[in-house]
Amino acid sequence: MKTVLTAFIGNACFCSIFQSLAAFFRANLPYILAGISVGGQYALIAIGYTMVYGILRLVNFAHGDVFMTAGLICFYLSLVMPLYISLPLTAAFTVLLGFTIEKVAYKPLRDAPRTSAMISALGMSYLIQNLALYVTGGLSKQYPQIPFISRSVTIAGATTKMVTIITPPLVIALVAALVVLIKYTKIGMAMRSVADDFDTSRLMGIKIDQVISMTFIIGTFLASIGSMLYFTNYTAIVPTSGAMPGLKAFVAAVFGGIGSIPGAVIGAFIIGISENIIKGLGWTTFSDAFTFALLIMVLIFMPSGLFGEKKTDKV
Amino acid sequence: MDKKKQIIISLVLIIALFAGLWILERMVGTNSMLIVVLKKAVIYALLVASINLLQGFSGLFSLGEAGFMLLGAYTYAIFTIPEAVKGNVYQYYNGGIIHVNLPVWMALILGGLVAAFFAFLIGFVVLKLKSDYLAIATLGFAEIIRAVFQWDALGGITNGSNILRSFPGFKSVLYPFAVVGLCMTAMMLLINSSYGRAYKAIRDDEIAAEAMGINLFKTKLQAFVISSFFAGIGGGLLAMYQLTVKASTFTSGLSDELLLIAVIGGIGSMTGSVIASFLYVAANEWWLRFLDQPAFIGTFQVPLLRSGFRKVVFSVIIMLIVLFYHQGLMGTREFSIAGIFEKLMGLRKKKKAKVSGGGTEK
Amino acid sequence: MSESALRLDNITMQFGGVTAVDSFSMNVDKGEIVALIGPNGAGKTTAFNCITGVYIPTNGAVYLFDKKIIANHPKGKALKTYGGTSRDFEKDIIVRSPDSITKLGIARTFQNIRLFKKATVFDNVLVAKHMRARQNVLTAMLRLNFREEERMRSETAELLHMQDLYRYKDEIADSLPYGLQRRLEIARALATDPKVLLLDEPAAGMNPNETAELSEFIRKIKDEYDLSILLIEHHMDFVNQIADRVYVLDFGRKIAEGTPDEINENPAVIEAYLGVDDNA
Repeated sequence: MKTVLTAFIGNACFCSIFQSLAAFFRANLPYILAGISVGGQYALIAIGYTMVYGILRLVNFAHGDVFMTAGLICFYLSLVMPLYISLPLTAAFTVLLGFTIEKVAYKPLRDAPRTSAMISALGMSYLIQNLALYVTGGLSKQYPQIPFISRSVTIAGATTKMVTIITPPLVIALVAALVVLIKYTKIGMAMRSVADDFDTSRLMGIKIDQVISMTFIIGTFLASIGSMLYFTNYTAIVPTSGAMPGLKAFVAAVFGGIGSIPGAVIGAFIIGISENIIKGLGWTTFSDAFTFALLIMVLIFMPSGLFGEKKTDKV
Repeated sequence: MDKKKQIIISLVLIIALFAGLWILERMVGTNSMLIVVLKKAVIYALLVASINLLQGFSGLFSLGEAGFMLLGAYTYAIFTIPEAVKGNVYQYYNGGIIHVNLPVWMALILGGLVAAFFAFLIGFVVLKLKSDYLAIATLGFAEIIRAVFQWDALGGITNGSNILRSFPGFKSVLYPFAVVGLCMTAMMLLINSSYGRAYKAIRDDEIAAEAMGINLFKTKLQAFVISSFFAGIGGGLLAMYQLTVKASTFTSGLSDELLLIAVIGGIGSMTGSVIASFLYVAANEWWLRFLDQPAFIGTFQVPLLRSGFRKVVFSVIIMLIVLFYHQGLMGTREFSIAGIFEKLMGLRKKKKAKVSGGGTEK
Repeated sequence: MSESALRLDNITMQFGGVTAVDSFSMNVDKGEIVALIGPNGAGKTTAFNCITGVYIPTNGAVYLFDKKIIANHPKGKALKTYGGTSRDFEKDIIVRSPDSITKLGIARTFQNIRLFKKATVFDNVLVAKHMRARQNVLTAMLRLNFREEERMRSETAELLHMQDLYRYKDEIADSLPYGLQRRLEIARALATDPKVLLLDEPAAGMNPNETAELSEFIRKIKDEYDLSILLIEHHMDFVNQIADRVYVLDFGRKIAEGTPDEINENPAVIEAYLGVDDNA
């Protein structure tokens, strides 16, 4: 009798929690969906941050701006050619841009103090934003409609774009491919060893430059894919469009444990979803601030993030 | 030594500078481009110097300058908007809830103190972090401050996301020069004191500094608080210059810009910061304006010149300095009359045998 | 019975699963020069770092003139993974940062010289005077502390004179020859008014002539400044010249202690050094 009763009470409790949760989900479904979608897009940017940081110990502040540039490239290319050509070309140009930035702005400073490289990254970010401002004339540009993914769909009463549904599986597929690349190919092995110990790897004859270039190529390629998904949702591109997503992706990378790819992805989803739920709760002013508050909490209470390795300095 | 002589020369020069500015202002008019540029540049000089105090002298990489400027600017504005116009300014918030009016100078100092107080709280939390994490964390705090100041619930104080205006500014260029001059003097005295030496020790080698009995955390916190104090004053001055304040303009981009100016001047040189600020503001607001205007030579339109080109040229120059001229204009040297004097004397003395008087007091 | 200047009581330092220093006890009497020797990786520098507050020892205590200045014992997870031989746990917990240790009167030098490279010789030493100054930021900014500043400068000048470094006072530290850099580092440590001086491989990279000079120098400063000295060394020659007593560490454990002569004949020490002859 007693057990039945407790089971019943337990059940009732569980039911009511479940019910209120379900109600919460129903009320916030559009926000949660948007969160998942934008989280996946952050993830694609965050991978670039986390890989570059893992290898060069550099916060590549220009990465968010590269992401924005990918959007602009796609916009301008699409004016003169069909999407099935302009999209791959966008990816190609973005990768070229990332590659060039590394060669021009970071490679010369490889043996300089770390702050120099970081200042160079800030300068690069400033340059890209100003170039974008110049090219666009300060007007916001409307991202082209990519058929299929910008189509509207309705899920459980919430209307959203196809891209919301496409993003998570696409991100997971890309990350899986990346993990395979890093685990099983020669260049992937080289990357891991460089991330582990830069100087020793250099001594062991690993072609550092090649590894770093590859890192930037992969990072910017993923960012360009991310831009296609992101700007399908948020179609207006201005020169500072990349700054916030970039910073958030970086926070995601720190949250997940800088240097860890799965960490960055999980961190990105968490940040994307929470910031949208915060918007849903009517705290839009704080959706950006929340991300940074989270960052500071992580830095203080678990500086190596969710999946990062602990590092100690040697005296 | 001839320290007395140095002080006298400096005083004479300062008086000459102010007299010169006074005359100049009479001649060209308060609203002329030259005076406007001088006003803005001198405020920038203070802001850039306060960044340099951290980055160049204490080795702390902070990207939170804008946040502390915001605190200074808002504090100044809130406490100086005349009671009579408060209803107008705070039209959505019943005339605001703060009904205290302070004299301008007091509000400026209070702005510095508020910024310093928040720096103390923030520094307590983030100063244990290493270089790049510190940069990101300070940037994060600045963004949080920015969001909080736009928050509706605080509208009675901050006016939410609306601008603050109608507070007193300054008419004469002498005002910002005097305030910034005082602040810069204080900073120079600080970095040449025992504390300045402790900051530099930490910048050069934290572990050795600790072994010399310097408490890393306390000393860093001190540098952070002092730098933010001046950032707050600079923010207040900027408010006086602009005559309006809006939280959304204090972005991380502003911090980046100021940091890049510090790089141009030379990380670790206060006078470098000042020179770079003047060059930057003058070029940005005035000399390079033509880059933004389409120009024709006969019927031939000069290519590239149109809106935004100036900023591109700027960014390229900054990148060139960052990549090929790490030292910036001044490196870690300081520009001083005494130094020039000594050099001239040195040239004359060169023929004489080596004299032991190489004591280069900066 | 002489007075103990520095005493390590059962110090264990563990990093994860590695026990770098294992239940190590030692003593430096007032006015003594004691050497800590051992093969590479024996835990000598780690022991130094435990004394100077760079690391918090997993277990054990450090005494300065019989006053407990550092103490710790393993708790929780650290206790479960504790790998030290001695399970005689210290009672107290006293944690200090390196700067407070320096203030108490323990100064150190580093294995790979850590000068303020871009600063002048004079400023390198002057910095050490900062911690004992009574000024505050405001008085320093307004130059109300000029008397103290003057005193700091004159003390620094005096110290440099005594160490025969005064003529280099305006040189940039980085530009000095290696031997002088070592001397400057010691002078800088002296400027903190220490009672105990820890020297981490002071003779590294020196030829026999320089080594002899150095041991002369160390003895001189010991007497002049009334110091007790603990030094880490590889050169047995140098140790024989200078040390009153020697402790030998191997794999974090003390394997011998005694006068240099005793140590030279100790079979355990000879074995520890076989094949890892650093003097070669």
